[in-house]
Amino acid sequence: MSEIVSRLQFYMGYPFVTYALIVGTLIALCSSMLGVTLVLKRYSFIGDGLSHVAFGAMAVAAVLHLTNDTLLVMPVTVLVAIILLRGGQNTKIKGDAAIAMLSVSSLAVGYLVMNVFSASANVSGDVCSTLFGSTSILTLTKTEVQLCVILSLIVIVLFLLFYNRIFAVTFDENFAKATGVKADRYNLLIAVIIAVIIVLGMNLVGSLLISALVIFPALSAMRIIENFKGVVICSALISVSCAFIGMLVSILFSTPVGSTIVAADLIVFLVFCLIGKIRRK
Amino acid sequence: MAYITCKDLTLGYGGAVVTKHIQFEVKKGDYLCIVGENGAGKSTLIKALLHLMEPMSGEIVYGDGMLAAEIGYLPQQTMIQRDFPASVWEIVLSGNLAKCGRRPFYGKKEKQAAEENMKRMSVWDLRKKCYRDLSGGQQQRVLLARALCATSKLLLLDEPVTGLDPKVTAELYELIRELNQNGTAVIMVSHDIHAATAYATHILHIGKSQLFFGTREEYRGSEAWKLFEGMGGMENE
Repeated sequence: MSEIVSRLQFYMGYPFVTYALIVGTLIALCSSMLGVTLVLKRYSFIGDGLSHVAFGAMAVAAVLHLTNDTLLVMPVTVLVAIILLRGGQNTKIKGDAAIAMLSVSSLAVGYLVMNVFSASANVSGDVCSTLFGSTSILTLTKTEVQLCVILSLIVIVLFLLFYNRIFAVTFDENFAKATGVKADRYNLLIAVIIAVIIVLGMNLVGSLLISALVIFPALSAMRIIENFKGVVICSALISVSCAFIGMLVSILFSTPVGSTIVAADLIVFLVFCLIGKIRRK
Repeated sequence: MAYITCKDLTLGYGGAVVTKHIQFEVKKGDYLCIVGENGAGKSTLIKALLHLMEPMSGEIVYGDGMLAAEIGYLPQQTMIQRDFPASVWEIVLSGNLAKCGRRPFYGKKEKQAAEENMKRMSVWDLRKKCYRDLSGGQQQRVLLARALCATSKLLLLDEPVTGLDPKVTAELYELIRELNQNGTAVIMVSHDIHAATAYATHILHIGKSQLFFGTREEYRGSEAWKLFEGMGGMENE
């Protein structure tokens, strides 16, 4: 045990480890708060879809040799999120089909662009690290950390300020509209926030696993808690602790960061399922 | 001046007309029942009244101190609500949202309104329960309390008794009648023609176009009523 502690202390001495822990925890917090809304609105796959869109945009940015690819990736992802979520409950093409379509096509285009135009010698390595976020969390620069912290704080403040409105729009959009609540505006807000979180989160767990951060904590919390506020708080706690523990484990045992965090989320989900089942009996 | 006046509405989607020549008004204290077969445009009319869609032609005028956003709406139960982890208290409180204006959180006044309306609908004791664990009748009373938080002027009920057993159905009708007698105008969409003629003051019967609008007494002598009678009522649809 003391050996583990001393090894942790050793790693904590490096600023990049501290950066990774701060960024990881914040992203986990943000994604879990919005996750509850997305799961309940039947948009669980939005994380997947948007992250693939971000992957495609990243590939294009890499080919264009942009130094700061966030400048291209963020607007593109936000735009797509707005298009997907804008319709709310009253769309013609249902959300899942639209998301699936966008998701696979941007994945394909992204990989195609990377293969055809990339100057890098190790294309499959690049692709793999974008998909699974293997090391980028440990190579964050100070500016990236600052950007991430600022955006996360904005997301958290917005969520708290609009908490009651987000609840109303999630529970019953038509009722909210009928009583004069500008539901479309809040749908738009949710879309923009989730796009921002996903672009941020891609560094942490990569584009294939980001939807796990969005949906797992919410689903786990919903197994045992029966009111909205409780579900949001519980899912935030689950998400933050899983991300933190996942990152520590991955540092100590040199496992891939993203997969370790998601594995922790999965274990919590299974445990909560079991607790929920036992309680209901 | 009526709360709502519909002037020769034509409703439809993407150029296809669902129903036309809809013309009626709802005044303070009225209890209007909208009847018609499946596909006659009842849901479309509701969407128009709630401003979820624009009418193709004609207009809806609000008056008598009623604002366009003052309709308390009791929706048909959607898939989302059935497994939604929300407590009764959270749901009823959310009915007050429009009254908050720009304030981000609920104040004392909103919480008081929620409490009063929950007591009125006798769901106060259920406030900490999860909505999805309630019986059908209880769920409807919770949603009624939420609608009353939004407004006490006009309630719009969309098939409120679907899936309820006869005893609970009768209780809910009685509750709605009480609300109506206390001055709340009610618009109810229903398949249940017998309840409609038993409780409503006015009937609107729509098909591909408007078949009838008038008081309950007038309706009983009308051609549209005979149409229903000939089919032996529609409550089993």
